[in-house]
Amino acid sequence: MGDFLLYPELLTEMNPKHLNSLTIVQALKALAKKQISIDEIYESVNLAVKNNQNLNIYLSLNSQAQKQAQKANKTNLPLAGLPIAVKDNYCTKGLKTTASAKVLDNFIPEFDATVIQHLQKAGGVVLGKTNMDAWAHGSSTETSDYGRTLNPRNPDYLPGGSSGGTAAAVAANTCIAGLGTETAGSIRQPSAWCGVVGLKPTYGRVSRSGIVAMASSTDSPGPITKTVTDAALLLQQIAGLDLKDSTTNPVPVPDFAQDLKRGIGDLKIGLLYHDVPELKKVMNLIEPELKVFERLGAHLEPVKALDPHYAISVYTIVQRAEVSSNLARYTGVRYGLDRSHFAAEARRRIMLGTFTLSKGYADQYYKTAQKVRTLYRQDFAKLFGHYDLLISLSSPGFAKKIGVTAGEAMFGELEDLILEPSSIVGLPGLNVPCYRDPKTNLFLGLNIMAPMWREDLILRAGYAFEQATNWNEWAKND
Amino acid sequence: MRSNKQPIGTNGLKMTNSKSKYQLICGLEIHAELKTKSKMFCGCVNDPFGAKQPNIYTCPICLGMPGGLPVANKQAIEWTIQLGLALNCKIHLFSKFDRKHYFYPDLPKGYQISQYDQPFCFDGFVETSQGKVAITRVHLEEDTGKLLHKTSGGHKVTLVDFNRGGVPLVEIVTEPEIKSALQAKELAQYLRQIIRYLEIGDCNMEQGGMRLEANVSLSPNGQLPNYKTEVKNINSFRFLEQAINYEIGRQSDVLDKHQTPPQETRGFDAGKGVTFSQRIKETAADYRYFPEPDIPPIRFTKTQVERLQAGLPELPGQVRTRWQRQFNLSPSLVNRLIISQAQTELLDGVWQMASRDKLSPTKLADWILNQPKFLKQSFSAHQVIDRYQSETKTEKVDEKELTQIVQQTLIQFPSEVQRFRSGERKLLGFFIGQIKPQVSASADIKQISSIINQVLNH
Amino acid sequence: MIKFTPAQVKHVANLANIPVDAKAETKLAKDFADTLEVIANLQELDVSQTEPTHQVTGLENVWREDKVTKELMFTQDQATANAQQTDGGFFIVPRIIDRDES
Repeated sequence: MGDFLLYPELLTEMNPKHLNSLTIVQALKALAKKQISIDEIYESVNLAVKNNQNLNIYLSLNSQAQKQAQKANKTNLPLAGLPIAVKDNYCTKGLKTTASAKVLDNFIPEFDATVIQHLQKAGGVVLGKTNMDAWAHGSSTETSDYGRTLNPRNPDYLPGGSSGGTAAAVAANTCIAGLGTETAGSIRQPSAWCGVVGLKPTYGRVSRSGIVAMASSTDSPGPITKTVTDAALLLQQIAGLDLKDSTTNPVPVPDFAQDLKRGIGDLKIGLLYHDVPELKKVMNLIEPELKVFERLGAHLEPVKALDPHYAISVYTIVQRAEVSSNLARYTGVRYGLDRSHFAAEARRRIMLGTFTLSKGYADQYYKTAQKVRTLYRQDFAKLFGHYDLLISLSSPGFAKKIGVTAGEAMFGELEDLILEPSSIVGLPGLNVPCYRDPKTNLFLGLNIMAPMWREDLILRAGYAFEQATNWNEWAKND
Repeated sequence: MRSNKQPIGTNGLKMTNSKSKYQLICGLEIHAELKTKSKMFCGCVNDPFGAKQPNIYTCPICLGMPGGLPVANKQAIEWTIQLGLALNCKIHLFSKFDRKHYFYPDLPKGYQISQYDQPFCFDGFVETSQGKVAITRVHLEEDTGKLLHKTSGGHKVTLVDFNRGGVPLVEIVTEPEIKSALQAKELAQYLRQIIRYLEIGDCNMEQGGMRLEANVSLSPNGQLPNYKTEVKNINSFRFLEQAINYEIGRQSDVLDKHQTPPQETRGFDAGKGVTFSQRIKETAADYRYFPEPDIPPIRFTKTQVERLQAGLPELPGQVRTRWQRQFNLSPSLVNRLIISQAQTELLDGVWQMASRDKLSPTKLADWILNQPKFLKQSFSAHQVIDRYQSETKTEKVDEKELTQIVQQTLIQFPSEVQRFRSGERKLLGFFIGQIKPQVSASADIKQISSIINQVLNH
Repeated sequence: MIKFTPAQVKHVANLANIPVDAKAETKLAKDFADTLEVIANLQELDVSQTEPTHQVTGLENVWREDKVTKELMFTQDQATANAQQTDGGFFIVPRIIDRDES
């Protein structure tokens, strides 16, 4: 099995028609032309799921998926019944939802998250619920209460997190596309580690209703896909104002794919964190990739920004404070199990969050953190006054080896150093693969950021980069 | 600092003077459910008392399910502001909701969405017969579920019903400047009157629609004392007065011994008329308030607040003043007649018609108050006047005939006559009651009593 | 060197309603001290003139009309579907000894 994972193209040879490795775009085209059937897609994907059980991607599978797909495929819906991997913090009616936490071990929601309703209305089908860091507390998927997920690119390594299960599902072609959530890095970082595309929309672009809350003021549900075009298509189906979520915005939902191929010749791009010491080595690796932007006609230059290390502190405090509050409802009375079932990371975060809100400390910690958050808002506002886009690495390095998070007091927050500044102010960001180490088969990702509500710009830039480079194995056939 | 009335101890006797060497430092905290159609942060039915089964008016939001998000009820917010305006409060043009954290089974999210440092209304006042009492704040929050203790299968269990969870609750806090238990009662009654008058709440005490809490301490020297006793679970105005008076007595006894009453929460035992300790509070609770991230802040313009102010009806106090001035109605009667806007409108018509017809509004008011069922029906002012006139029209009866009836009736009640002659003058009413039906429904009571007196004084 | 004592851990655990044993208290004390060490860098910044950011949405006055949305309500069965113990439509909790929350 191992060899096939190092060479994913071999995996598809086990799959007669390798339909599981299709993108949304390819699948829709082939379905429309009646070259393939929806059942064939499911046969292929189901086989891939079965063959990849050792990666521990799925916590539960939807036994009705294929039936639902057949029904959806009959009508003329945008997603035509395609199988979507869904992170297990989205409530799915009738399908166990645990957020990878034992506290919710027996929880079967009586309602769907708004995003799931949108997905189904668009003809998408929940194939299964994917593994994650328990409660989304982490950047590795190693702190799941149901065992770690392995990185399909190299199973000695972790897939990142907290949407590691979904990112792995996409990378391993055990779905056509997937849904994750990002609070600060949880879509982009695992996408980077798994070498797939991950889009964190603007905060308020996609409804959080029915998704297990982590940090209410930054949680952003979003697509994890094989290509940039797929991300645009999937975002299109799930974005928009939701009356059930008062933090969603009435700003109109544009056609995200409209300007995808427009090119980036008119754009001015700022490169962030080139001078952060611990990132220097990796930055050197991707130096040639950055030149791509110039080749495509954009203007790229390094720019000074507020030191991201303060964002670690802001995020740690604000997120853990909100976590401590959002997890107060889990007492085992109305659903789930009691609080003694919280694992170590959840306990750490709940308690530290409680501490930073407590009497005598709230001013020094919580209030101060919210003020520094303002400094980041002001800094980004200033930066976007000069640049159309900002880019950075998505992760300080390649995927890490399994076991690395054991005993760490704040692995997740340290790991997401680069992504925390933009997350805490609600900005959108896209991860695109930008480098692969031939020895380990592990990837690096580029993080492209835009001002709020400008997902169209980051998709445009991501698409241009994807097409101009060879890091995306699916994009060639787009 | 003198109170107008001597506090009454639980044995009904006036307390001795040594007790009033302490100044009462008392503030009220009142919660009232708003009668919106739906709950505060979700579209569930708001009718906890009317629900025939537990947990039938719930949803993922008010049950605190994973992913449930609150959406604020605009009506509840506007009503809260109108209540604040009616209590002469200033309005925070910018305000927000905050999370107040504590663990208790009736609180599904582990926090209550409430208001902390930027309540909708603040710095108001209420006039009472013993002077002004300042209102510190009026804010909006959500109610908790209800707990039921029972024994099931030999085990003691607690049951929870969340029909009430999430119902909008307005909280009114007064400054600790209430001077007597009586004033506290008057204030609480006034707040209920206002809330009902504005038609934003029913304040049904038995149903828990209005809950009273008193903070009581005593000061020997006029300075704010270093302790505070919270008295909770008071569900009537009478008990409120009793509880405060009891506390005055109890705390005086402690202070007399040169001790300080502990900072604690006490309940009120209505049966025994005493308060009892529930929980010693060494430190104040740590609610870890922070702004509710799921609900954007609220910003009103001055114009919008002015519009809400203009939307207020003429308030009970204003009606009372006007009726006294315009129609010479006596203050003690008037307050009992100001129940609802509809009734005020009706009675305005009635008083005007009365004045026009040269009838005494006060007599009319008196008669109306003795007809409790009458006003519940929807009459017009005209019909009220007509009914009054027909019922109070008096005929003078032939004096000889009346005297005969009186004599014949009184013979049947020799012991009552004896008692009347010994000084029980109130038996006059009894005699009239026996005689009037024999005469005429509209007989003049004055005439009858004068004849009775004549007969009995012989 | 920021210190965090097991006693402080115990206090926070009470506030957070999380059961911890003595061994966990010691481990957590170290974890918290480590974390507080990292986030201490916030004190380096001058935010005396800065307003806090509680929400990044910029939205205000988001509310709903006072209407009942029957279609979003649970039936009693749905409300209690995931509870471990129920009694006649009620949720069952460990017995409360008439305790006040505050």
